[in-house]
Amino acid sequence: MNDYRYDYETVKGFILSAIFWGVIGLVAGLWISAQMWDASLNIPPYFNFGRLRTFHTNVLAYGLGIGAEFGVFYYLVIRLTKRPLLFPKLARFHLWLFNVGIAIAGVTLLLGWNQSLEYAEFEWPIDIAIVILWVIFAINILGTIIKRKEEQMYISLWYIIATIITVAILYIVNNLSIPAGLDKSYHLYAGVNSANVEWWYGHNAVGFLFTTPILAMFYYFLPKSTGLPIYSHRLSIISFWSLIFAYLWTGAHHLVYTPLPDWIQTLGIAFTLFLIAPSWGSVVNGYFTVESDWSVMKNNYLTKFFIAGITFYGLQTIQGPSQGIRVISSLIHYTDWVPGHVHMGTMGWVTMTICASVYYIIPHIYKTEIYSIKLANAHFWLVLIGQLAFSITMWITGVQQGAMWKMTNPDGTLKYTFMEGLLRNYPYWELRTLAGIVFVIGMLLFIYNVMMTIKKGKAELETKLQAASATA
Amino acid sequence: MSENKKLYSNALIFSLAAAITVLIGTIATVFIPMFTKGMHPKLENLKPYTAIQLAGRDIYQREGCVNCHTQTVRPLKSDVLMYGDYSKAGEFAYDHPFLWGSKRTGPDLARIGGKYPDDWHYQHMTNPQAFYEKSNMPKYAFLNDRKVAVEKTIAHMKALGFPYTEDDINTLKNSTEMDAMVAYLQVLGTAVERKSVITVDESMIEEVSPLSGNKEAVLKGQRLYKAECAGCHGQNAQGNIGGSLVDYASAESPDRDTYLTIANGFEGAMPGFAAKYDKEEIWSLVEYIKSLKK
Repeated sequence: MNDYRYDYETVKGFILSAIFWGVIGLVAGLWISAQMWDASLNIPPYFNFGRLRTFHTNVLAYGLGIGAEFGVFYYLVIRLTKRPLLFPKLARFHLWLFNVGIAIAGVTLLLGWNQSLEYAEFEWPIDIAIVILWVIFAINILGTIIKRKEEQMYISLWYIIATIITVAILYIVNNLSIPAGLDKSYHLYAGVNSANVEWWYGHNAVGFLFTTPILAMFYYFLPKSTGLPIYSHRLSIISFWSLIFAYLWTGAHHLVYTPLPDWIQTLGIAFTLFLIAPSWGSVVNGYFTVESDWSVMKNNYLTKFFIAGITFYGLQTIQGPSQGIRVISSLIHYTDWVPGHVHMGTMGWVTMTICASVYYIIPHIYKTEIYSIKLANAHFWLVLIGQLAFSITMWITGVQQGAMWKMTNPDGTLKYTFMEGLLRNYPYWELRTLAGIVFVIGMLLFIYNVMMTIKKGKAELETKLQAASATA
Repeated sequence: MSENKKLYSNALIFSLAAAITVLIGTIATVFIPMFTKGMHPKLENLKPYTAIQLAGRDIYQREGCVNCHTQTVRPLKSDVLMYGDYSKAGEFAYDHPFLWGSKRTGPDLARIGGKYPDDWHYQHMTNPQAFYEKSNMPKYAFLNDRKVAVEKTIAHMKALGFPYTEDDINTLKNSTEMDAMVAYLQVLGTAVERKSVITVDESMIEEVSPLSGNKEAVLKGQRLYKAECAGCHGQNAQGNIGGSLVDYASAESPDRDTYLTIANGFEGAMPGFAAKYDKEEIWSLVEYIKSLKK
């Protein structure tokens, strides 16, 4: 049917790299979760909590998350534009630079090269490498889109374009710094201004690294895997533009009750509440797409991942804005509620959607069927249970912490000391580690399943080739 | 409709439209404030970091302390009771970057400067569990064994345009990373004059402990002592950073004096516990201390 060959080597490379970094990041995550309840698990200086926690977030966000996004986007774009990549060799270089970059980035974090800007911890030499990486990616993807053979740009491409542009703006502005040595730089901005820039970046990194790219996957793979068309194109348009418009106003909701000028905080909170609407635009669109035939939930294992994923996204986008409201922020900000919230997004929405996309892509590339649907289902239930247990224990811990910090005696003194509050967290922190183990077992099943599918695909190709040469 | 079609079929126009869309909120909430005076406040008392303090701050960043400790006291009753005066915008003018943090696995450090004596920090950083048995803070004993990177610190001072003298450099040369860390912690929050959050009305405190002779109160006091006081005064109350309470008890000070000392503390030497403990708890501590008499 197609008069050209798609180049899948880069896609495969990114997906396998992402899986590799995922395993490393998950192990680090389990480790820091145990350090929370047993300080003797710290190994100073390189593997103390402070360094390892930064390593964990960055390796998973950039190694697993962005790595998978690169791979999936290279797959999506060539299919949606109906042409091969503009610069396949550049894409290969991109893959190579990505892996070297993540390795160096991870090591420097353990060495203590840390800007202390959340989600922008890398020091300037790595920042420069990241900008180069992003430009290479942008040239290839935007170039391919411009030179496409398909006239209309499908929804997923809108999200990919918005991701490329916005991340570039965010990353450059927030990472402007005063270099003071190879391993050290100082944020160009100071004090309240530094805080405002950093959380504009920090919140929108979530928006444009973990929302828009994942929606790009969702809008492509949900209809592909179910065979059902997206419910409403108009809804897609409205939710896309209002989402990317409103997101950029909301960063200050991370700074409620800080010395940041009040008007910026209030504006941040207001737009955050508004953000529920465009987010749910996509949630509703997803649900109504499946609404025409719910049997796909039963018959098609991928649908489960996508619908559970978008459900977590829906819950996140209700929970997140609620957290921005002052009274709720005063209770749960700074507590374990927040990691509970973040992990529902990353383990629920992002990881489930990425896994399902990979389950779709790998058999397509290797022209085979998935190795085991049963294992995929087991994977689904394990990550679902693991992630729910994780979030629920952290919500309980968070509310308990927030409440204990606030409680006062009749004479106006505090009822609990900080340490008394801390001790009450231990059982929940232990449960959280257990939840993490369940989740990781699920992910290991995923990896096994993907590897076996690849092996099966290769073996089948071998047989076909042999059969062909035998008849020749 | 044709315009619309162009938007969704011309990638360049689409990219431009997306860029403008994301820049509107950015300009309104980030770029415009950036160039207003309100975003660059500075308190009169605020001084740039000295070389040793900056070296400490660099270590604070290197070790990822911001992951567990915040540096903003919110203007909420409970925050102020727990940590002290709420944070002011003008306290952070020299902070590149801000280190407000977003999670309190450990307590807020915005007002830690001057709260404890230096010795407390040295010992606590070296082995937090000696102060709070169940603390989950990692040990930072290795900071004692490392010298401050002098040349690097000078380069950092220059990059930030902070003034320094020959003396500062000499101090650096003889300092460990632990010295630097303690110097940094001791300056945190000191641009704002320290106010005691709760001032105990001395006329409301009884001359003699109302719990005198109460054995349960002694046990309760012992429990509170182990949790909050043993780090400074020693597991057996024989003294460490703080004086020996066994000796103190033997001197038979009036109950009321002991109460007020615990409640108010001493500036720079001992934190006051009036915000942490209610009256009955403080009297229980007094009873426990009295029971230590030889």
